Amino acid sequence: MSRAAAAGQLTSAARPPLGRRLRGRGDATLWFWVFVGPFFLGLLIFIYVPILWSIYLSFFEARNTVSPAPDQFVGLGNYRDMLGDPAFVDSLRTFAVFAAFIVPVTFALSLATAVLVARTAVAQAFFRSVFFLPTACSYVVAALIWKMSIFSGVPSGAANSVLALFGAETIPWLSVTNPPWYWLVIISARLWLQVGFYMILFIAGLQRINPTLYEAAAIDGAVGWAAFRSITLPLLRPTSVAVLLLLLINAFQAFDEFFNILSTFAGYPPYARPPLVYLFYTALGQGQDFGHGGAGAVILTGVIALVALAFGRLFRTAD
Amino acid sequence: MSSTSPLSTALTRRRLLTLSGGLAAAGALAACGGNTGREGATATSAGTGTGTGGSGPTLNSWYHQYGEKGTQQALEKFAADYKDAQVKVNWKPGDYDNTVVATLQTDGAPDIFEYGNGPTIDMIKSGQVTDVTDLFGDTKADFNKALIDRVTYQGKIWAIPQVLDAQLLIYRKSLLEKAGVQPPKSMDELVAAATKLTSGKVKGLFLGNDGGAGLMGGPMLRSAGLDLLTADGKIGFDDPKAAAALGALQKMYADKVLLLGAPNDWFAPDALTQGLAAMQFTGLWNLPDISKAIGDDFGVLPWPAMSGGKDNVTIGAYGACVTAKGKNVEAAKKFVKWLWIDQTDKQIEWATAYGFHVPARNSVADKADKLKSGQAAEAVKLIKEDGFAQSHMLWSPKCQTAFNDAMSRIVKDGAAPAAELAKVKTVVEAELKRLAS
Repeated sequence: MSRAAAAGQLTSAARPPLGRRLRGRGDATLWFWVFVGPFFLGLLIFIYVPILWSIYLSFFEARNTVSPAPDQFVGLGNYRDMLGDPAFVDSLRTFAVFAAFIVPVTFALSLATAVLVARTAVAQAFFRSVFFLPTACSYVVAALIWKMSIFSGVPSGAANSVLALFGAETIPWLSVTNPPWYWLVIISARLWLQVGFYMILFIAGLQRINPTLYEAAAIDGAVGWAAFRSITLPLLRPTSVAVLLLLLINAFQAFDEFFNILSTFAGYPPYARPPLVYLFYTALGQGQDFGHGGAGAVILTGVIALVALAFGRLFRTAD
Repeated sequence: MSSTSPLSTALTRRRLLTLSGGLAAAGALAACGGNTGREGATATSAGTGTGTGGSGPTLNSWYHQYGEKGTQQALEKFAADYKDAQVKVNWKPGDYDNTVVATLQTDGAPDIFEYGNGPTIDMIKSGQVTDVTDLFGDTKADFNKALIDRVTYQGKIWAIPQVLDAQLLIYRKSLLEKAGVQPPKSMDELVAAATKLTSGKVKGLFLGNDGGAGLMGGPMLRSAGLDLLTADGKIGFDDPKAAAALGALQKMYADKVLLLGAPNDWFAPDALTQGLAAMQFTGLWNLPDISKAIGDDFGVLPWPAMSGGKDNVTIGAYGACVTAKGKNVEAAKKFVKWLWIDQTDKQIEWATAYGFHVPARNSVADKADKLKSGQAAEAVKLIKEDGFAQSHMLWSPKCQTAFNDAMSRIVKDGAAPAAELAKVKTVVEAELKRLAS
């Protein structure tokens, strides 16, 4: 201890040259920037600048331009328009409901698969890979398979062939809104793609739980459901909170599978339209209306932040 | 996390801009290295080719990726025949429309680009494209009038129609004969025919996998003698007849006489050729595939009129546009005039040698051999008599989104047409007001 302090005094007394000091001890600072710098720069250029820019644009009438003239400043006009736009508000509402449904379902399914896979004595690696594999599949590819082969509306589609075995009529899954079969298509695709990923997170969480706890509980007579409720769930809490937050954000940011399953040459239908898809057509399609697009993005961010905060609060009080 | 990702719309756009900037830079580099007049041969595989014969300024021209074989080579050959400039042909796969609108805001904008039905009103209003009226001279009257009107704004013409495409009703003769149905000449007859032709696995009519919600709004309004916007740019559907017309479509959907969920959408001929539907509203471009698959077992018809309305065929065209901020605006204008107005042989080759389209100039269309007989000749006649542009220049993307939403609710959800159209009217009124200011 005293020796280290003495060494510290020695170095400070010697005052090495500026370049040397900037590089840090053992060139630590230099290497920090060599490794982090490019990514930080990328983050700055491709994430932070665009975010700030689109917030800036949201206060302007910015059509077909990303550098509007000062006289095109419209204050909060774009925000007023977006909040008064029934299509946008409707998509926010739809996705609040969607989140309320998909978050618990994905959570429960991934937790259940994780517990089952973690308990399996045989071929655990195999089952783990099988469930995780869909995560490696592109959303676009999965969406196209769901749309064109599994849930194709013709009698030869996979789902319709199965129905035909039971003598049921052919269903044009994506062409009808009553009943809304398209939700079945989208949600099954989404669950297939996502459950594996969250399962892995849960497995990691489960492995951190000390097995002696279960042994102790078993001696006290807590096995099965009781052990799950009083040991697994509470000890998984950090993982659960992280997974829930990720799921929540993911639900509001839905884009890929929705867009690829439901959009047609004519655009996107007015149902099951994620806010991001609506903004995509507003700001990035031929509309090129960056003012309203930016305002919509800020509103969406606000909604997600609010829900996430409320959620965090809920969990804290539940503790 | 929560604060960064929702803005990925902006992120994507920035990436797009960067990418297109990068592409443009790469293009410029390629141009530096290839000043030998032989670049065409080497660069074609990368999607860029240059005319070999030209001298003078280098012009960048953009085209979307045509599906027909030989189209890219044809354009490169045309460019090579032009002597007053080196014209680079850039073949753009992927989301062409959005790539163009994004790139027009950068220095990487091409000198010449094609765009569906000419430039958008926002491109014109923000000064991104140049007026090409003076290139037409006497030939203006020779172009299909509906198309010229479509690319005209405030008395100026903003694009040269390259080639004309049409959407019309095609039916299987044998299926109609078997059911004892005459080719429908009116909307009532069409509805009756579709009902009668629906049996077992064959449906009467195919209007797209969404039951025509995305495609048939305009044609239905025209059947009733109305339109999305009137010729002078006013709302054209504020009429009880509009609700009645859309109601007819709604009824066909509800009666299950429309084919839904076909493997390919309305723009491909599969539903008709595979016998999934007896009639289909589709593009003229499918005629070669249809005759290859089913011989002459088909006929073409306009979308039929309701009482007091009009038979109609939807027409559109890729228009050659010239960017206003390019370095060689005059040279670019000269080239598009040369190719799309003067070189009538090339126009016939372009329209009929690779795919199946109609030259945009009436006199040229009359000269094309492939269009002189059979159903093709009938289609050309329908285009001249019943051709209506797909949409008015002032019908902005926002109007289209609102209208599509309404159409989907009317057709699929069975919503009341009048109430839905009233909602669209509010949006369109605001858009027209914005565009007028």
